[in-house]
Amino acid sequence: MSGRALLSVEDVAVDLPTPRGNLRAVDHVDLSVGAGRTLGIVGESGCGKTMLSRAILQLLPKKARLSGRVMFDGQDLARCGAGVLRKLRARSLAVVFQDPMTSLNPVLTIGTQLVETLQEHLELDAATARQRSAELLAAVGIPAPAQRLAQYPHQLSGGMRQRVAIAIALSCEPKLLIADEPTTALDVTIQAQILALIVDLQKTLGTGLVLITHDLGVVAQTAQRVIVMYAGKKVEEATVEALFENPRHPYTRGLMASMPAMISLGAKTDARLTEIPGMVPSLTNLPAGCAFAPRCRLAIDRCRQEYPPLQDFGDNHFSACWRAAELVSTP
Amino acid sequence: MTELRPLLEVTDLVKHYAVRGGILRRRIGTVHAVDGVSFSVGAGETLGLVGESGCGKSTVARTVLRLVEPTSGAIKLNGQDISQLGKSELRPYRRSMQIVFQDPFASLNPRMTAGDIVGEPLTVHGLASGQKKRERVAELFQQVGLRPDQTKNYPHQFSGGQRQRICIARALSLGPSLIVCDEPVSALDVSIQAQVINLLIDLQRKHDFSYLFIAHDLAVVAHISHRVAVMYLGRIVEIADKTELFANPRHPYTQALLASVPVADPKAKRLTPMIDGDVPSPINPPPGCAFHTRCRYVMDRCKVERPVLADAGAQHQVACWLNGGTGRKA
Repeated sequence: MSGRALLSVEDVAVDLPTPRGNLRAVDHVDLSVGAGRTLGIVGESGCGKTMLSRAILQLLPKKARLSGRVMFDGQDLARCGAGVLRKLRARSLAVVFQDPMTSLNPVLTIGTQLVETLQEHLELDAATARQRSAELLAAVGIPAPAQRLAQYPHQLSGGMRQRVAIAIALSCEPKLLIADEPTTALDVTIQAQILALIVDLQKTLGTGLVLITHDLGVVAQTAQRVIVMYAGKKVEEATVEALFENPRHPYTRGLMASMPAMISLGAKTDARLTEIPGMVPSLTNLPAGCAFAPRCRLAIDRCRQEYPPLQDFGDNHFSACWRAAELVSTP
Repeated sequence: MTELRPLLEVTDLVKHYAVRGGILRRRIGTVHAVDGVSFSVGAGETLGLVGESGCGKSTVARTVLRLVEPTSGAIKLNGQDISQLGKSELRPYRRSMQIVFQDPFASLNPRMTAGDIVGEPLTVHGLASGQKKRERVAELFQQVGLRPDQTKNYPHQFSGGQRQRICIARALSLGPSLIVCDEPVSALDVSIQAQVINLLIDLQRKHDFSYLFIAHDLAVVAHISHRVAVMYLGRIVEIADKTELFANPRHPYTQALLASVPVADPKAKRLTPMIDGDVPSPINPPPGCAFHTRCRYVMDRCKVERPVLADAGAQHQVACWLNGGTGRKA
């Protein structure tokens, strides 16, 4: 965490009223990202990672209640008016969603959507905006960019669409990019291209990146710091090296062990995969104490009664587990 | 695995779809979804089929089961060619081939109880009814790790992983000798994925049936398969014993595919894409080797002549003109 934080999320909680009672989607999470740095947020469906990104972007559903502070570039986004937010989202805060088909307008050409963004936010004239659009498409690796500008999203492949979405997100050279599962819908060869592209552009522009994913491999290859979430809470945070070398939370360890490793890297494939038993609890009906305790092999009575606070185990390696101190050797 | 009697033998399987246009709906093109695929699956063996979206792997799965009619080619199950059989002749063979689909939300009827879903094949094939059927369903539930008292629940009351277990129980109900799994764990969370993979492996050890296992996740395929076939644009470009394929890939496409998988180890930083661009359209696949438009080692011959699968070592075949038809050394 070098340098001043570009984004710092302080004690953010998101509550959603549901017919079955209040649902705390994000439970008092802190995080920070510096300029040019990448923070990975890992977790399974329903762990709150997407809600957290929406809380940062102020794109929460209307019913949701947000508490805490989202400090971005010296301002608290949670307390900004719509006008200020609009300006920020235009210039300094960009987002790439998982499914490019739903984030692009199907009835407008790629060119119209890019040119519109540039004209609106950078106040370019039509000709310059058009030229800049073609340059941006070329920068994200789209062949024949001038012709592509006249095409509609449905005429492009999934990988191409995601490139367009990235081109639009980066068109105004944002300070912070939030990418929510940007490559999950794509094939591995295209994923490798898109990730390399994001990392590359990030280096050139000095953009801070929050990368939300369920794929530990993606995080290992892109992030400097990682947050692991479970049932709305941050359960572990560390540098990417420390997290993979010595995971300090049983859930992180479980996730790593349950992934089939690549045989080309010497993994034994005849062995059974280590399962995490059971399933993620419902957020409207969380167990007392640690939410992971019912699935945890190391759980003791205390885990079922008291929620473990996040503790620093040195070098800003945080874990929320009563038995984290015992988790030292590699798994 | 050569000693194994092939349970399923697929020869020169082709599936073309017509592209129609104009007011007369005339045929204006052909989608070469599967373009001459041959492979075999031994009894008790798992053959993994990998490839990217649109490479034809799901079409192969569906054609093998005759859920989609093949354009040409032979599909032999236990030596009997089933590719030309009529509906009623095919029926006894249907019992020995089952499928588990990717999306456990779309493949279960929301208006039927889980028990009825699992028991329906028994009724359709007239194998059990009444108490006998209920007992068999309860036994199947136990086998896949569900509680027999859950038979009365509806699909929406189950989680994604549990629903996939219901699909597996339904596939098991007829005692099949081949189960086609089309991306069975892709829709599941990582921690649940491991549970389902272990279940599939345990069931195979117990019942000794074969899997044709289709997935895009190479690590998953490597874990569950005995042999692996790599598909690109409707063709198999490489097929080998899994250890051999992952340790010694010979086709430039297989090599690129393996190198593109992000490794869960920050010390192994390697985010260099090995191939550029997209898969070409299967409507007008490139002549010669379909991969030549993206291959870094392309030669003149690749652009005109289609490479055939040739031996590149023990239990290892590759379709590539490099090194006299044995592919590129990694």
